[in-house]
Amino acid sequence: MSGARLAWKKFSRDRLAFGGFLIILALVLTALLAGVLSPFPEDTHKIHPATRLKSPSATYMLGTDHMGRDILSRLLFGARVTLVISIIAVATSLLIGVPLGLMAGYFENWISELIMRVADIFLSIPQVILALFMAKTLGPSIPNVILALSLTYWPWFTRIVFAETRSLKKSVFIEATEALGANPLRTILLHILPNVSSSIIVRSSIGMGYTILTAAVLGFLGVGAQPPTPEWGVMIAESRQYLPDAWWYAMFPGLAIFLVVLGFNMLGDGLRDIIDPRLRRSFE
Amino acid sequence: MNEKIMPALKETLLFVSDLTVHFYTDRGIARVLDGAELHIAKGEVVGLIGESGCGKTTVARSILRVLPPGGRMIGGRIRFKEQDLLEMGEKELNTAIRGRRITLVPQDPFNSFNPVFPVGTQIRDILKWKGEGRGKTKVDEEKILEMLSQVQIPSPGSQLKKYPYQFSGGQRQRLMIAMALLPSPDLVIADEPTTALDVTVEAQILRLMKDLVQGRAISVLFITHDLGVASEICERIVVMYAGQDMEDGPAESLFTDPRHPYTRELLESLPNPEGLIRDIPGEVPSLLHPPPGCRFQPRCPDATASCSRERPERVEAAPGHWVRCYHPVIKSA
Amino acid sequence: MSRGIVTFILKRIFFFIPTLLGLLILVFIISRVIPGDPAALVAGETATPEQVKAIRIQLGFDQPLYVQLGVYLRQLATGDLGKSLYSGRKVSQDLFDRFPATLELTLAAMFISVVIGIPLGIVSALKRNSLIDHLVRGFTVSGLAIASFWLGIMLQLFASMWLGITPLGARITGPVPTPLTGLYIIDSLLALNGQALLNSLKHILLPALTLSFASLATLARFTRSGVLDVIQKDFILYERAMGLPPKVIVYKYILRNALISTVTQVGLLFGLLLAGAVVIETVFDWPGLGLYAYQSIVLSDYQAILGVTLVSGFVYVAVNLAVDVVLTLVDPRRAEL
Repeated sequence: MSGARLAWKKFSRDRLAFGGFLIILALVLTALLAGVLSPFPEDTHKIHPATRLKSPSATYMLGTDHMGRDILSRLLFGARVTLVISIIAVATSLLIGVPLGLMAGYFENWISELIMRVADIFLSIPQVILALFMAKTLGPSIPNVILALSLTYWPWFTRIVFAETRSLKKSVFIEATEALGANPLRTILLHILPNVSSSIIVRSSIGMGYTILTAAVLGFLGVGAQPPTPEWGVMIAESRQYLPDAWWYAMFPGLAIFLVVLGFNMLGDGLRDIIDPRLRRSFE
Repeated sequence: MNEKIMPALKETLLFVSDLTVHFYTDRGIARVLDGAELHIAKGEVVGLIGESGCGKTTVARSILRVLPPGGRMIGGRIRFKEQDLLEMGEKELNTAIRGRRITLVPQDPFNSFNPVFPVGTQIRDILKWKGEGRGKTKVDEEKILEMLSQVQIPSPGSQLKKYPYQFSGGQRQRLMIAMALLPSPDLVIADEPTTALDVTVEAQILRLMKDLVQGRAISVLFITHDLGVASEICERIVVMYAGQDMEDGPAESLFTDPRHPYTRELLESLPNPEGLIRDIPGEVPSLLHPPPGCRFQPRCPDATASCSRERPERVEAAPGHWVRCYHPVIKSA
Repeated sequence: MSRGIVTFILKRIFFFIPTLLGLLILVFIISRVIPGDPAALVAGETATPEQVKAIRIQLGFDQPLYVQLGVYLRQLATGDLGKSLYSGRKVSQDLFDRFPATLELTLAAMFISVVIGIPLGIVSALKRNSLIDHLVRGFTVSGLAIASFWLGIMLQLFASMWLGITPLGARITGPVPTPLTGLYIIDSLLALNGQALLNSLKHILLPALTLSFASLATLARFTRSGVLDVIQKDFILYERAMGLPPKVIVYKYILRNALISTVTQVGLLFGLLLAGAVVIETVFDWPGLGLYAYQSIVLSDYQAILGVTLVSGFVYVAVNLAVDVVLTLVDPRRAEL
């Protein structure tokens, strides 16, 4: 069996990882097919004051909000918003953090020190607060949220890549490569990067979960996506006024967030278990 | 079981008979011990030899009943003095036997100390909790200091406050030996006590153990894979292979006159003066699907059909020298 | 304490300073270098161009950057965080007033996390693969997936609005206990004011519970893996083989080792709590730094937000330093690494 098929087999047998994977697959499909699946796709921008705050029924399966819009449809489109924000944010963090981590780990000079110090400094302020501050400074919009999220998450990638690169560097096969005179860029790309990629993948999955939560917080606080964008955090913020009567308005967006973040966490945990079997249940 | 066959000369301290232990793993049931038999007389130093994975450590852990999770004792008896250890209640085992009548010198002195407590605390704790009921017995500081100087730890008083990482490997092993001897046990189980040490340190530790044991009437079960080490310190040697005991005899005659084909192969695979290295052809069998009968039979040059049918019984090939084999080695003059 | 430990601790304290400095500079860059017009930010959204210009000159934003940096650092050294747009008072004064509320909430949340989270983790590890273990693991995985503000709103919905057993928000209804520490629970205990005590506890229950949720889950998880890790170690086998009573092994030996990995998390948890305080205080109308931050966002009171950011960074770094020092005292090996 080829390596990929073997890995897939192992993966699909792990309930945690596979379950998470299924949830995320559902999320992606929902986001892509939102236009098709939503009963009222126009509710992302149209308002219907006549049908405001209706409780869940056959037509409006999750009820309507204070502008008469179908919550289910808005949730489905909100999946798109959430995914776009998180994927781009995590990808950007990765693109910033991983190369910095590789450099810091591979070279042992003042550049490494500098990189790690800067990473520490970014980590010295709790992320939500820093992201909040950045988003407020830049102005509330989706691109700015993405930027703020990326700029606060990259140190996590750098740290983990740094640690692994450093320990790999001490391993015999890297010393051999260097002895043979391979140039640093080659060594990093061909030898080190493949070995740290599994940690990067795990971290990305966990990062997605974390970023989605933080994006929701920023939306809730009003520094992220702005209405009428159907962002889940924004929806929860808007729903507060109408409690306790319109309980569905506050409950369902939160459940959506929960499911999605759960999916990514499960996937990340499951992947970590597979990749690092030492931490797994062994019989000894 | 076969008590009538046992040597009636010395008083038997420990008698392990027909011990069968299985480990339940993700990949199936590993039959780690299969009817293993072992006895130790009072004041005797018995070596337990075998390759890694042959079950020697499992025997030790079974005696003390500290098997890892997934390990289960399927059958057998372990007679210690007048009692069967396998029938004893856990509480009694803990207060009366473990760390009291039977002690352990573990394999890895580096990892067997708890890193966040000073060694003094750990030594005292071994002695402290042996009282009846909830009692703590008073710890005799003098005794501890005396034992430490016997294991050649200089200025013991100041050393007790130190943390394990502040000692060298050899020193830690000396501390382990001290802890094993402090409760005045009847039996010390030494599980590969020198494997993790440098060769020069190893020699010192062996010498130390020999001296200390000879002074007292203590039995030792000395587990090792190193034949040389065993020959240094053991009076009698039991050879194990893949969970079964194969041969059991006095040290000198075992080495000069091995009766079991496996022992013979083992001895011949030791580096010899001509510098030729001989392997034993074949591989150690999987414990998940072990061969029936005598487990050495697939690799044994003298094996016949009867060897895979039923495991041979213990036979006294020479006085005090027992072997389990249908075709024991007969030394040519 | 050995010399090695003392030097290690001193080194750690020494490194605290550049990190702090870096933090200050980072905030400086974000607030002065990145925006198009930093003066406009400070002046607020309703300011006229003349007002913006006036602020620019007044606060020295027209000066070259390095001069600004110097002034900024000097001001911070004296604790000057500027003036709040909304209240007109010094930001540092605003923060100081609101600090006790957040402190009380954070301590309560920390208390709940520790008192529930650690034992859960230990039991889960000791009874591995049992029902309790699966329940705890399920709880920790989902606990980290719940948006804290949503949880707070749901709890409000159930407990306050539908069941009516807890108040909707604020710290207390009725007279405030004689202020000694600013922490209502402690103050009411000290004044033997039973009514105020009960009242404060009722008010702090939901917010503290909500705030503690994420850190509780994290603590349980890390304690569990810490204990599992220790159980497999050779020294535990040795202690068992030498007849140490199980209670002693668990409470003395396993706990100590496992707690070390847990304490490592306390610094991180504190950051979680700080960040969480912003939304929780918003949801529950809790008059602390978090609510202040939210209000400042809504009102675009830039100096105030900046002040909160700086203070939370400072506190976070300080707490991590303290945790580091405590850890080294508990596990002296760290000094040798």
